[in-house]
Amino acid sequence: MKAEKFLGYRRENGRVGIRNHVIILPVDDLSNAACEAVANNIKGTMAIPHPYGRLQFGADLELHFRTIIGTGCNPNVAAVVVIGIEPGWTKRVVDGIAKTGKPVCGFSIELNGDIKTIADASRSAKEYVHWASELQRVDCPMEELWVSTKCGESDTTSGLGANPTVGNAFDKLYQNGNTLVFGETTEITGGEHLVRDRCRTPEIGRKFMETWSSYNDFIMANKTDDLSDSQPTKGNIIGGLTTIEEKALGNIQKIGKKCQVDGVLEPAEMPTGKGLWFMDSSSAAAEMVTLCAAAGFVAHFFPTGQGNIIGNPILPVIKISANPRTVRTMSEHIDVDVSGILQRELNLDQAGDKLLESMLRTCNGRLTAAEVLGHREFVLTKLYRSA
Amino acid sequence: MIQFIVHDEADSVGVVVVEGVKAGQELTGWVMDQDKTIKTKVLNDIPIGHKFALVSLKNDDTVIKYGVDIGRTVSMIKVGEHLHVHNVKTKRW
Repeated sequence: MKAEKFLGYRRENGRVGIRNHVIILPVDDLSNAACEAVANNIKGTMAIPHPYGRLQFGADLELHFRTIIGTGCNPNVAAVVVIGIEPGWTKRVVDGIAKTGKPVCGFSIELNGDIKTIADASRSAKEYVHWASELQRVDCPMEELWVSTKCGESDTTSGLGANPTVGNAFDKLYQNGNTLVFGETTEITGGEHLVRDRCRTPEIGRKFMETWSSYNDFIMANKTDDLSDSQPTKGNIIGGLTTIEEKALGNIQKIGKKCQVDGVLEPAEMPTGKGLWFMDSSSAAAEMVTLCAAAGFVAHFFPTGQGNIIGNPILPVIKISANPRTVRTMSEHIDVDVSGILQRELNLDQAGDKLLESMLRTCNGRLTAAEVLGHREFVLTKLYRSA
Repeated sequence: MIQFIVHDEADSVGVVVVEGVKAGQELTGWVMDQDKTIKTKVLNDIPIGHKFALVSLKNDDTVIKYGVDIGRTVSMIKVGEHLHVHNVKTKRW
């Protein structure tokens, strides 16, 4: 690693963030309107609207709370105002976020109505913004950076250039002692044996295969055809990818050549140590990136072939593409152009360094293309129907 | 100029990495793992990112890319012919 430090925000629990958001977080769909009203009243805040949080149960409800609480706990977030329809689940979210030590408070709408709730929540949000705006970036050791990856609208250039670029950067970050994650369980299909062989112990390999098999069983039980146009997507197919196996082999280039898989996580579960983690997750871009943010990751590498334009409200998404046509036609979405790899003008080591340089600038405060263009796709993973 | 790339010399496909490839063109390719240059004539117009066969394939043959199985053919495919969803399917789903 060339850079040993970056400028980040040191949070109360010791974790380091690269953004300083004050968020207005709804517990449930009903509270979106109040959250958006508060964010409109108080400049410098951001509402995180979403469609769920009612009548969920079991593992699906646990995942909802883990994702919402994890979003509030993310070190890119300075302070949180939580709004829910009733006080019980609102308190559960507030208490979960409060464990980080960061400022958080909750408001519930029943017995108050939207207008009083919005007024009260706006007063708290205003104080949080004044406070957060005085926080300063400080020198942070590079190994404290948590970096996630997920690719999207992949094509054959993803497997040739953009994904191996992430792999090269991940090899260097792994060596440096960073905390890393990849996932996309269904999109390993065809290369699952290669990921199993990269697991650090046979036990981790077994857990990985159990996780992959369980997701594959779900696909097999629910499919009505060979998933053509869903996985690979229509965009993947336009880009030249033919089968899930081919897509998977390109996908797993993101874990480089040297990294080992040090553990397997549930969706939105926080890692317990450094190294490379596999997270059981959907392969849909916004779902996976939202889960990474909820697990505590603060910077994201997103290689794309055909040009997936996704962003996330709290996790800066750095776009990498090796497709010369995408770089030309969608240049405003691409942070790192590695199309030179296809003409041997750039080797993988140089491409990996170029990505790490972009990562460092992003950490120090440079906004990514997705941030500047306002991409804030926050999409919760829902496991099954509500009660 | 590199017009197509092959991951490994054992692969049955090459990937076109330039725009505007027309049927009958002879293309220059780079085999990454062995760092070799090869030439192949393509039989169809091939869009950037799409594949063509480097070897003659029978119906129900296995297609190899990255040195690994990526699916099965559902028709015969000639050397230089466009290879995609119309003549190759997944073995998994």
